Amino acid sequence: METSIKPKIIVGLGSCGIAAGAAKTYDKLLALSQSGKYDFELAKTSCIGMCYKEPLVEVQDKAGSVIYGDMTDDKVIAVIEEHFATDKIVAGMAVHSSYSEASEDAYFNGQVKIALRNCGYIDPESIEEAENREAYKAIRHILKSEMKQMDVIQTILDSGLRGRGGGGFPTGMKWKFAFQNENKQKYIICNADEGDPGAFMDRSLLEGDPHAVLEGMIIGGYAISASTGIIYCRAEYPLAIKRLNIAIKQAFDKGYLGQNVMGKENFSFDIYVKEGAGAFVCGEETALIASIEGQRGMPRKRPPFPAVSGLWKKPTNINNVETWGNVPWIINHGAPAYAAYGTTKSKGTKVFALTGKIKHGGLVEVPMGITINDIIYKLGGGIQNDKKFKAVQLGGPSGGCIPAELGHTIVDYDSVNATGAIMGSGGMVVMDETTCMIDLAKFFLHFTQDESCGKCTFCRIGTKRMLEILERITEGKGEPADMEKLETLADQIKNNSLCGLGQTAPNPVLTTLKYFRHEYEAHIFHKKCPAKVCKPLLTYTIDAEKCTGCTVCGKKCPSSAIEGGRKTTHSIHQDKCIKCGECFTVCKFDAVLVE
Amino acid sequence: MRIHRIPSEKVKQEQPSVDLSPLAHLFEKYRNKSGSLIPLLQGTQHLYGFIPAPAFDLISKETGIETADIYGVATFYAQFRLNPVGKVIIKVCHGTACHVQNANAITDAVQDELEVKDGETTPDGLFTLESVACLGCCSLAPVLMIGDNSYGKLTGKSAVKVVRDIKETMKNEN
Repeated sequence: METSIKPKIIVGLGSCGIAAGAAKTYDKLLALSQSGKYDFELAKTSCIGMCYKEPLVEVQDKAGSVIYGDMTDDKVIAVIEEHFATDKIVAGMAVHSSYSEASEDAYFNGQVKIALRNCGYIDPESIEEAENREAYKAIRHILKSEMKQMDVIQTILDSGLRGRGGGGFPTGMKWKFAFQNENKQKYIICNADEGDPGAFMDRSLLEGDPHAVLEGMIIGGYAISASTGIIYCRAEYPLAIKRLNIAIKQAFDKGYLGQNVMGKENFSFDIYVKEGAGAFVCGEETALIASIEGQRGMPRKRPPFPAVSGLWKKPTNINNVETWGNVPWIINHGAPAYAAYGTTKSKGTKVFALTGKIKHGGLVEVPMGITINDIIYKLGGGIQNDKKFKAVQLGGPSGGCIPAELGHTIVDYDSVNATGAIMGSGGMVVMDETTCMIDLAKFFLHFTQDESCGKCTFCRIGTKRMLEILERITEGKGEPADMEKLETLADQIKNNSLCGLGQTAPNPVLTTLKYFRHEYEAHIFHKKCPAKVCKPLLTYTIDAEKCTGCTVCGKKCPSSAIEGGRKTTHSIHQDKCIKCGECFTVCKFDAVLVE
Repeated sequence: MRIHRIPSEKVKQEQPSVDLSPLAHLFEKYRNKSGSLIPLLQGTQHLYGFIPAPAFDLISKETGIETADIYGVATFYAQFRLNPVGKVIIKVCHGTACHVQNANAITDAVQDELEVKDGETTPDGLFTLESVACLGCCSLAPVLMIGDNSYGKLTGKSAVKVVRDIKETMKNEN
């Protein structure tokens, strides 16, 4: 760890840190630094990845570095003052340290950071800090050593890097197709339209290390002879857009962008940010191109692929944020170093947004080939409240559920596909026994149904029919033939949709039917929801032995369905009960039973 | 299907008359640049908070794009609003993480408190309630966002308290 004479305090100011109150923490520390009581340097960084302990504050001094968690504005000053006064780590507050054991070491030590190599280490608004950590070293090497375009492409091919947006197509192959096209005008696009609900890998990378993405794009531009790069970013990511624009300006001022990049003749490259306007389908490459052209973001038939005819009908190479972020590292460290991580067909690392009913939710970058159980138990610390692990959803609305029994599945494109789920862009939502799988399938289908652009009949109408069936099942009106109907519709939608949205929309239903068929049967045949989520299927009753007659539930009941006076056993009138669950929540004696 | 984004007749609100002259600089900025319809619409919405009906005809006149095509683009993307919004926009996150942590209860509670449905604005023009896909602070789920402030780990009750506190502050400001 670097040692400096003056201690340095770094506050994590990514979107999630800010949401947890990091801006207020920063203000408190700023006041402390201005008070002159202690001599230290105050700095900002972005997402460190440990969302569950936000706000995070790192202290670097002669001893090394220590990260403190849960540093809300009411706690931070006391901890920092104690740290300075005793010159020791404040007991119980450190989550990770370079010179001592800390509570969350397992979360850090299980990770391999390649795409996120600088996230949490640099101030994303300072190009110098990025340069100190290898930013723009790869493009400098390529241009100075006059590396051939095909050699750059071959390096990416040899590294085994595959599209991190979810498609898993070999990146080098994509570049090769675009390179071989002889058209004079070509484009590079960075797909930052991260739309999966529950996924924030790309946002964190853009906010934390925008230069990694820019450098990746410049290298891609050089490799395929493109002169313009476009970052298509969700408008919902204002901080990412702001930091990207700052980074672009800095890179331009330093000559990494613009006319004759770093003095290289015949290579000029510009990048600008295009804000998306809110349409999940624009993550599909042809829809994304239509959107950049100012049209409705509707996909078109392929071929021709964008490598032949893309933006403005010119050859275009599109890669995802994380893919671009990996590129400079591969050039700097060589293809074999990257390919050393992973499995036979899936090389390198993958970033996941670990969320849901998990103790340690956050952003993790793990080598391919790690098992799902290892991610959940070793890094994630297990399930919240030590409940039972039920399933994990990979790939968002296009993906599927992998049940706990298959927790030994390793994370690589082929193994995950074999379960019926997809690797996706990196959303990993963990579910426990209190999640109803039919409700979850309904949630995803509602999303895809809403986001369908409407072009293909099966996607437009089929998803709607499937959703209606799921709604019926969760309302207790399921029919015996429903499961078969769902399977038929799913099959038709998959086979008759033009783009990835329709082709994958039935996945959540298909995987839950495959692994949790008994839950569908319970809903349809027994009119019960085993996870106790689907309200119309629940019955609330009062356990006469436990009821103390405290009258709290009766007072809270919005429909006056509970009868019983003080110190007498209460009862619920089923015909009046609206199943709001209020009595269950307020009862202190666990006397309200739900089935 | 995305057509749902077009408001039904009964929720259509009276539109205030607007001065469209500030749009001139947008037309200047994007003139003869291909693919600038979406930035034009974004710029318009930035000025007015929504896209006023007369702006469609003006954009069509200035750019030569058919009004129907502009309307098609504006209704395709979730970002564009065709009606004025409230002073305060309450965004309830319905990302996957929030969903499994019962985000529906938050929307239900706020709907009851404000007496509007999801996507609607209160008659006094103070609050608009919206569901959004993911605010990206999944570890704080369920979350709602008002302005730049996020409120996490909510229950129906605490969400209502957040809204009431804001109502109170607004009252005191007036």
